[in-house]
Amino acid sequence: MTVPDTTELQESLLAEVTAADSLDALEAVRVSALGKKGAITAQMKGLGQLDGDARKEAGQALNRVKDAVQAAIGARQAMLDSVALEARLASETVDVTLPARPRVEGRLHPVSQVTEECIAIFGEMGFTVAEGPDIEDDFHNFTALNIPPEHPARQMHDTFYLNAEPGRPAPVLRTHTSPVQIRTMETSKPPIRIIAPGRTYRSDSDATHTPMFHQIEALVVDETTHMGHLKGCIIDFCRAFFDIPDLPVRFRPSHFPFTEPSMEVDIGCSREGGELRIGNFGDGANNWLEIMGSGMVHPKVLEYGGIDPTRYQGFAFGMGIDRIAMLKYGIPDLRTFFDADIRWLKHYGFVPLAVPSMVRGL
Amino acid sequence: MKFTLGWLKDHLETDAPVSQIVETLIRIGLEVDTVDDPAAELSAFRVAHVISAEPHPDADRLQVCTVDTGEGTVQGVCGAPNARAGMKGVFAPVGTWVPGIEVELKAAKIRGVESSGMLVSEREMGLSDEHDGIIDLPADAPVGKPFAEVLGIDDPVIDIELTPNRPDCTGVRGIARDLAAAGLGTLKPFDAAAPVAGSYESPVKWAVAGDGNACSYVVGRHFKGVTNGPSPKWVQDRLRAVGLRPISALVDITNYVSLDLGRPLHVFDAARLKHKTLTMRRAREGEDFTALIEKDFKLDSEMTVIGDGDSAEALAGVMGGLESSCTEDTTEVFLEVALFDPVSVATTGRKLQMESDARYRFERGVDPESAEWGAEVAARLIQEFCGGEVSKPVRAGSMPDWQRSIELRNDRVATLGGVDVPSDRQAEILDALGFETERLNGKMSAAVPSWRPDIGGEADLVEEITRIHGFDRIAPVSLDRDAALPSVAITPEQRRASNVRRTLAACGLDEAVTWSFMGRAQAELFGGELPDTLVLANPISSELDAMRPSILGNLLLAAGRNADRGFADVGLFELGPAYQDATPDGQQLVAAGVRHGNAQGAHWSGKARAADALDAKADAMAAIQGAGGPAANVQVSRDAPDWYHPGRSGVLRLGKNVLAYFGEIHPAVLRGLDVRGPVVGFEVFLDNMPPRKEKGSSRPALHLESLQPVRRDFAFLVNADVQAGDLLRAARAADRDAITDVALFDVYEGKNMEAGKKSLAIQATLQPSEATFTDAEIEEISTRIVAAVEKATGGALRG
Repeated sequence: MTVPDTTELQESLLAEVTAADSLDALEAVRVSALGKKGAITAQMKGLGQLDGDARKEAGQALNRVKDAVQAAIGARQAMLDSVALEARLASETVDVTLPARPRVEGRLHPVSQVTEECIAIFGEMGFTVAEGPDIEDDFHNFTALNIPPEHPARQMHDTFYLNAEPGRPAPVLRTHTSPVQIRTMETSKPPIRIIAPGRTYRSDSDATHTPMFHQIEALVVDETTHMGHLKGCIIDFCRAFFDIPDLPVRFRPSHFPFTEPSMEVDIGCSREGGELRIGNFGDGANNWLEIMGSGMVHPKVLEYGGIDPTRYQGFAFGMGIDRIAMLKYGIPDLRTFFDADIRWLKHYGFVPLAVPSMVRGL
Repeated sequence: MKFTLGWLKDHLETDAPVSQIVETLIRIGLEVDTVDDPAAELSAFRVAHVISAEPHPDADRLQVCTVDTGEGTVQGVCGAPNARAGMKGVFAPVGTWVPGIEVELKAAKIRGVESSGMLVSEREMGLSDEHDGIIDLPADAPVGKPFAEVLGIDDPVIDIELTPNRPDCTGVRGIARDLAAAGLGTLKPFDAAAPVAGSYESPVKWAVAGDGNACSYVVGRHFKGVTNGPSPKWVQDRLRAVGLRPISALVDITNYVSLDLGRPLHVFDAARLKHKTLTMRRAREGEDFTALIEKDFKLDSEMTVIGDGDSAEALAGVMGGLESSCTEDTTEVFLEVALFDPVSVATTGRKLQMESDARYRFERGVDPESAEWGAEVAARLIQEFCGGEVSKPVRAGSMPDWQRSIELRNDRVATLGGVDVPSDRQAEILDALGFETERLNGKMSAAVPSWRPDIGGEADLVEEITRIHGFDRIAPVSLDRDAALPSVAITPEQRRASNVRRTLAACGLDEAVTWSFMGRAQAELFGGELPDTLVLANPISSELDAMRPSILGNLLLAAGRNADRGFADVGLFELGPAYQDATPDGQQLVAAGVRHGNAQGAHWSGKARAADALDAKADAMAAIQGAGGPAANVQVSRDAPDWYHPGRSGVLRLGKNVLAYFGEIHPAVLRGLDVRGPVVGFEVFLDNMPPRKEKGSSRPALHLESLQPVRRDFAFLVNADVQAGDLLRAARAADRDAITDVALFDVYEGKNMEAGKKSLAIQATLQPSEATFTDAEIEEISTRIVAAVEKATGGALRG
């Protein structure tokens, strides 16, 4: 027996592979060529009848055919796979214009966000946050702040009083965050550097006043802090808070019972076209907006707080959180802050991940 | 406090323009509220001569006037009946804003005749309602002169908002003194205070009762043969300019001295006094008083009156009485120049709701010395305006001892004020303000002037010096810190609150800030009767008359409002105070929230789902987790307070410590709030959150098992009232080492289920640690789970 010619076999098998137009047909070709009863397998079985060199030669030839056919099947299979995948994908579509499944995220109230903005700024200056109760006694809210009993601020038309227990003075809803100054002085020793944000109450209700609002208070007490520091601290704060590096800040002498000297603080603004904008618009008479009261802590207030006024001194200031929120974010009406209208909350609120920080920006 | 520029110049020698005066006032702490310059507003209106007035060729009622404006001749069409050749009128050229009719004049043709301006009436100028004709000026009015000047209203009016510490600036002279100290001119001498000799003994005397009334000292003078006609025009002009109505010479004098010098006065018609002595005394309880504004008041014994026998003829420091007030017929006058206690005047005025220029000054503290010089100033003016004779002064009480000196260390302006002001300059400023300074070793002694009751200590002197020197000259100094990096600004509790707030927002709830108060009746839906000490004595409305015992009430009302606006699917939370009593400890920090309507709205991907108690539970759990609380260890009990639905609510707790309530809000509560339900809500008590136990930042080591966990499912048939939590706990406890998790994946009641039963299906996660579980081991654990669950629930494994 001679060594069979494998050329014809290879060509016919490769032709079958090429002709296979589906994975099933290709599998049939594979079985007919390489299966137990396949053409190549059958020829392999016949090799036993050959001798020595002839067997070797024929075996090698058949192996080449086998390799070639296997490679062709592999290539054909990859091609058919890809065609099949494309056909499947072509049949699989979704309407990507469908509205996505809702993931609801709430918003933070501007008062919360602005409070944290203030904390971020003052925190950089070494202040810590102090707190006190909303329901105050007369001493902390008035007397210790050098507000005498006959002062108009103590009258019923300004201050909310609660019903008194028999024989005791009526508690008040704190009219400012300043009592936290006294509470802090009572419980700590200088140097003191605190801010105190919180709810405050006054018996007022009209277009620009609500019976409850928010203030933030600052108190610094040590041996050397003077009016220059007061100015520096407030200027630094205002420029950082409004993010206006050249924001003009003006200090006007004024009067508060709890500070001496006292000053009111104005920042630059424009009222052109009836629209209030904060910024540097020059030194025109109408270009100032009052935003806070401040001053050097009155020696009597230090004394009431248990601090020696001959040794220690410092400054204090306070401003409305709601008010600076309105100014910074262009919120027109104070009363809307407390209405919990979800349209307002969604519009003016802040995403929960936007945690204010001086490093990341407010 | 209003005054005019001209008035100021009576006391201040200055060339400064209004703008500079206003700027300086603001700079030294006299806040300028408004500046009205009528001359500037009316500057275009000038005196004009009507050369000719011819009938309009095409209209019967109109005339064509040729007018000399002083700058040329113009033609205007005029409809006024009194327009005539030769008259002097007031002309407004084209381009003028005419305030009375709110029109800017434009060149126009009126029935074919050019008109380039108009002759105006008083109404057109906004001066009065007079519109019968155009303004008809005297023949000698100078053509071209601004009409405001002719009218005497060319004096700018400055209104300052006076802080309560500056009684000295309730008079124009005090303002002038401050401006002079600030370098804006020279304070003129106070000649008006020179003594006026009296020619007879006053027939009326003063007495001050020893009953603790408000008067410390009083001076009086009697006048006879006076004529109380109108006051001079310049006085009337000034009073009008600052908004006062001239009445008669005597009354105008009291008003004028009050505004000019901050010294309130009162004049009695002496002929109408019934007794020879006027007595400062406390009012009787319920005493009647008719004030000169023709209103009756009932007085109490805290108030001080000036008594003429039994009758109260004036309310001390606030207002005179009607009976003895001066009229045009007055010929005999008794002048009162008194000192009253500021607090008493303020209290009286407030109680009776009487505002007056006298009260404004007395409650701030009138210069005690003005009792003496005020009598001289008034006597001089009365004699000048009304003629007649003046008596010698009569007095009662004693001049308060107001003299005091304050020491100022030389370096104190630098160490407190933060600005270096040379000692000489410091003394100069104080001297200019009326202090008398004396230089001592290393310090200065400053005698406080009688008109500055507000100056009490060294810091006050620093304020005086720095405000006059200029706050703008204090260099700002940024605060420095002890360390290069800031330390933590907030306490762990504050940080926790902030985290809870952001967590709840991330859960889809919008943060609200609502009032700390609510209506009492509604507040009592949350925990029953409210202690009286949490009720406001003076609420602004009955809807806001009690401190809230729970935040839920206001949130529910807010949800209701949103629903009424058409936004029913609302999730709100608030982090804030709730009040148990009026003490500082009675104020709790609570995070509360409500969900109204659907938790999941209608969407193509699934059915809408109304919020239920377990949504509220998820919110509460998230808040506890956000607070760093032990969310995995909390126990659930069913004893939520009675503002929750009794069957659909729970308490999250650690033993006795209540961390939160959650559940559906009780329908009766919703009805009480008039909110349509169902609504679910929660309250998380942040103050009850246990503090973090771990010290430092290190976490416990993480041990990762290398072997795969095995999961086994079980379904139990239990009685319908069995609680899933009990079943899960029992299963979990069956093998604390091997079982790392038990999840409930199905709850089934209903079809194909025996009545009163339900099926609960759980998946247990078994974690091998040393070697893979054998089938026998898994079987063994499974048996224990089944046994434990059956024992705890009385249920059985479903076949």
